[in-house]
Amino acid sequence: MSFDRHLTPRWRPGYRFQYEPAQKAHVLLYPEGMIKLNESAALIGGLIDGERDVAAIIAALDEQFPGVPELPEDIEQFMEVARAEHWIELA
Amino acid sequence: MLNTGSNSPDVPATPEVGLPLWLLAELTYRCPLQCPYCSNPLDFAAQGQELSTAQWFKVMAEAREMGAAQLGFSGGEPLVRQDLAELIGEGRRLGYYTNLITSGIGLTEQKIADFKQAGLDHIQISFQASDEQVNNLLAGSKKAFAQKLAMARAVKAHGYPMVLNFVTHRHNIDKIDRIIELCIALEADFVELATCQFYGWAHLNRAGLLPTRAQLERAERITNEYRDKLQAAGNPCKLIFVTPDYYEERPKACMNGWGSVFLTITPDGTALPCHGARQLPVQFPNVREHSLQHIWYNSFGFNRFRGYAWMPEPCRSCDEKEKDFGGCRCQAYMLTGDASNADPVCAKSADHRVILAAREEAETASQPLTEMTFRNDRNSRLIARS
Ligand code: SF4
Ligand code: SF4
Repeated sequence: MSFDRHLTPRWRPGYRFQYEPAQKAHVLLYPEGMIKLNESAALIGGLIDGERDVAAIIAALDEQFPGVPELPEDIEQFMEVARAEHWIELA
Repeated sequence: MLNTGSNSPDVPATPEVGLPLWLLAELTYRCPLQCPYCSNPLDFAAQGQELSTAQWFKVMAEAREMGAAQLGFSGGEPLVRQDLAELIGEGRRLGYYTNLITSGIGLTEQKIADFKQAGLDHIQISFQASDEQVNNLLAGSKKAFAQKLAMARAVKAHGYPMVLNFVTHRHNIDKIDRIIELCIALEADFVELATCQFYGWAHLNRAGLLPTRAQLERAERITNEYRDKLQAAGNPCKLIFVTPDYYEERPKACMNGWGSVFLTITPDGTALPCHGARQLPVQFPNVREHSLQHIWYNSFGFNRFRGYAWMPEPCRSCDEKEKDFGGCRCQAYMLTGDASNADPVCAKSADHRVILAAREEAETASQPLTEMTFRNDRNSRLIARS
């Protein structure tokens, strides 16, 4: 099954992505919970704004890190996981 | 900070102190309800004066500086604080994810809108109203249902995520299917189905509250069936089922370890590593006298049960201590008289029989709801005096 890159992710209402200086990491905050994101998840998360579609996120990161062939797949995988966990909505 | 227990070869070094990621602000012990399973201290009526708005601002700023990211406003009933919107606003301004934990009593659509304006991120409505109300609700009382429904709808309509928290016990756990149906109908994002924990008032009333093992197993099975249904339907509603540790053979890793993540500030400013800790014979610091930096890293109370050096046997030589930290200090104190002992939930504890006895009691108990000790000022004073 191929992933539709024209879908646009946005954070689920009530979910907030932000940088935490004390943890030196980006986190996703939600009701009574917090997930510490690794660096690649943080890079992707930083581009989720409800405007960019997945293709645009891939393009932006590809420009920033050229020559990483597995990058599109990693991003698609992040989207799949984030959707399954209901962190994001893809529309 | 490191290594206070290295003189004994079998005790691992005290790990580095974690960040206080979670700040729980118990704004007040005032509450219009009298739940018999309230986790507030038994002598709450004898506690000191509430912190002022400015004092709470200082606490929030210091904790945020130290890394706190989640901020919970609870009580008692936090809605009785007139400065609640102000406190929410300051919390949000500091960068916290702000949670309001309320019974919903006193909540109005206007307040829901005002709090949103102030920056509130999430509202948890606890159905810990008097049991009569919950029962009316479960029995389908149209009026009670309409009221909660309106409030829950307003919470959702204003764009909040919603957590519904149902405290379950032997008198309502058999209706768990109705509880779940209700929560789904209200479009909850998370549903916490928590058997009441036996601290504070619930401990006093344990015989009237602890469900039997059969009741629990049935409730868990039904919850799992609903989980499957929700997932199949793509419904994001998440069911969280919390079993009472009375039916476990190993204790829970209470609060993720003493003084490792959670920081509770009580209405009068006492700082605690968990909201039940006040009952322990340990001196806890107050934010009126000390900075949070000192309290978290240096105070006696917060270091009392950090690491492993304080542990007696059987925990001391047990290879599971880094997993459960010996369980809950409050439970150990309440049930064995010594807060350093292994949590008697553990089958290795010399006092495990008290748990076995409680399970047995649950099989035969018949204390009706009306005979329980309700949480109110009069009962609090009676208990605190004796
Ligand atoms: S548990 Fe009940 S009595 Fe205790 S503070 Fe909460 S609502 Fe009030
Ligand atoms: S003996 Fe202590 S450390 Fe070992 S499992 Fe029991 S409570 Fe945990």
